[in-house]
Amino acid sequence: MGKKNDEEKGRSVEQYLDLPRILEERGVSRRDFMKFCTAMSAALALPVTFIPKIAQALDEVKRPTLVWLEFQDCAGNTESLLRAANPTVAEIVLDVLSVDYHETIMAAAGHQAEGALAQVVKEQKGKYIAVVEGSIPMKDGGIYCCVAGRSAVDTAREVCGSALATVAVGTCAAYGGIPAAAPNPTGAVGVKDAVPSATVINLPGCPLNADNLTATIVHFLVFGKLPATDSLGRPLFAYGKRIHDNCERRPHFDAGQYVEQWGDAAHRKGHCLYKMGCKGPETWHNCPVQRWNEKTSWPVGAGHGCAGCSEPRFWDTMTPLYRRLPHVPGFGIESTADKIGAGLAVATAVAFGAHGVISAFRHKDDSADAKED
Amino acid sequence: MENISEKYVWEVPVRVTHWVNFFAILTLAATGLFIGSPRNLAHETSQYVMGWVRFVHFVAGYAFAISVISRIYWMFRGNRYASWREFFPFLTAEGRRNMFAIFKYYTFLTRKVPHPVGHNALAGIAYMVVFFFYLVMIFTGFALYAEYAPRTVMHVATGWLFIFFSNQGLRLTHHLVMWFLLAFAIHHVYSAWLMDIKEKGRVMSSIFSGYKVVKRG
Repeated sequence: MGKKNDEEKGRSVEQYLDLPRILEERGVSRRDFMKFCTAMSAALALPVTFIPKIAQALDEVKRPTLVWLEFQDCAGNTESLLRAANPTVAEIVLDVLSVDYHETIMAAAGHQAEGALAQVVKEQKGKYIAVVEGSIPMKDGGIYCCVAGRSAVDTAREVCGSALATVAVGTCAAYGGIPAAAPNPTGAVGVKDAVPSATVINLPGCPLNADNLTATIVHFLVFGKLPATDSLGRPLFAYGKRIHDNCERRPHFDAGQYVEQWGDAAHRKGHCLYKMGCKGPETWHNCPVQRWNEKTSWPVGAGHGCAGCSEPRFWDTMTPLYRRLPHVPGFGIESTADKIGAGLAVATAVAFGAHGVISAFRHKDDSADAKED
Repeated sequence: MENISEKYVWEVPVRVTHWVNFFAILTLAATGLFIGSPRNLAHETSQYVMGWVRFVHFVAGYAFAISVISRIYWMFRGNRYASWREFFPFLTAEGRRNMFAIFKYYTFLTRKVPHPVGHNALAGIAYMVVFFFYLVMIFTGFALYAEYAPRTVMHVATGWLFIFFSNQGLRLTHHLVMWFLLAFAIHHVYSAWLMDIKEKGRVMSSIFSGYKVVKRG
């Protein structure tokens, strides 16, 4: 992503890229390119007739400018993006984007870097794509995250507010993520909450799956608009189904074969992790299909339950990670809903049993009373 | 005992929905506890233990929902003992007097047994709460069920719940309300039994026959 040729200087949004030439230079065959287009149409759940359209659109692509802002983050999404094992077509497609600002990977620093950002915002107002990684602190005037002397919320308002669209990558940028976990000392929120006027698409996950970012950008390049989203601003092609419903271990769930303990026979056989607290049934993500690290594996495939990382407030609501249900508020950490519930039922039985004993003893007095009446 | 007579109190829809609810709640609680904390009953992956348990849970859930909706409809169409007014006794002065009378009896402050024809006033309030929890169970249950089929009518119709609940919070609520309803069932049977003995109104058999023994005049 970071490499820039000299000839690319002075580019504009309208500049056409010769993608076939770039692919040839990088040693990517036309066949590999078509395979990539097929994979993208599959990721976006488009019919096969779209494959040539994707290829054509990418051949004729105009280069949109992209700026990548990092706020309260761990740079995990940047890592996820940069850690491709081999140079892939996806990497080159992302390369097509003119990344004018990315704190982690850009060569420029200090005033030069900030100058590049200011230039994009000024000269390409309403035309560039902003990518935001990390949450934005709102408490105390947003002083808990400042870059180049400006608060994150101030920068986000200007950069995301002037962007054609903002892609919030990772759960922190989408919903506040781990910095927003209780008690949320910095008042961290996601981009849409910090800049309500911005056009935001959320790609949550901890980290996001780079394939979903590629597919979102391909969708944007092919159709000129962002993909359809759910009520949480996530694209339906990637977050439209629960993990549970696409899980390779689902047959074991339906059969009734569960891991009871780490390393037991069922765990070694790859049975369902439901009883180990897997949050697949409450998490919307395409992990089982897209997978990670060049489609090698994914958490549940590797034998660990889903943590629900792509859901809002996952750190507060999906914990404890190795139990099915959250703790009941106000009770001890060892109390489960079912223990409390059984206690409630027993207490009720005891209370009414006691009431019954007293009532039984009052029986005779009662009938005497009734005669007086 | 000449001054007593039999009175038709519980109409057919009241009794039918009561027993459908009874069987549905037992089935839903048993299957629900299994779904929440399943046992390893399957020896082969080709078996379908959890699948069948969930199927029974969902069918019982539909039966329960239809029964509760029918009973709510009957609150507006049935006789005065089926009416929604029975569940809100605190709205009238007479109802408040009845509430106080039964409260004094239950807490051993008086030996005078109230003889209401329909529900006693405190029981009416209890059923108001119980019907609210029935609706909570139906909505949370169908919200969780609908997640398997996103963007269908049911999924959209229950989507607003996620404004108030996280996905896990919805599950926790579904569990806790089940335990509340089971605790209520213990109270319900006890109270009916107690009042059957004390009122001598045959309240226990009335939910089968529809007739209660009431004082004339």
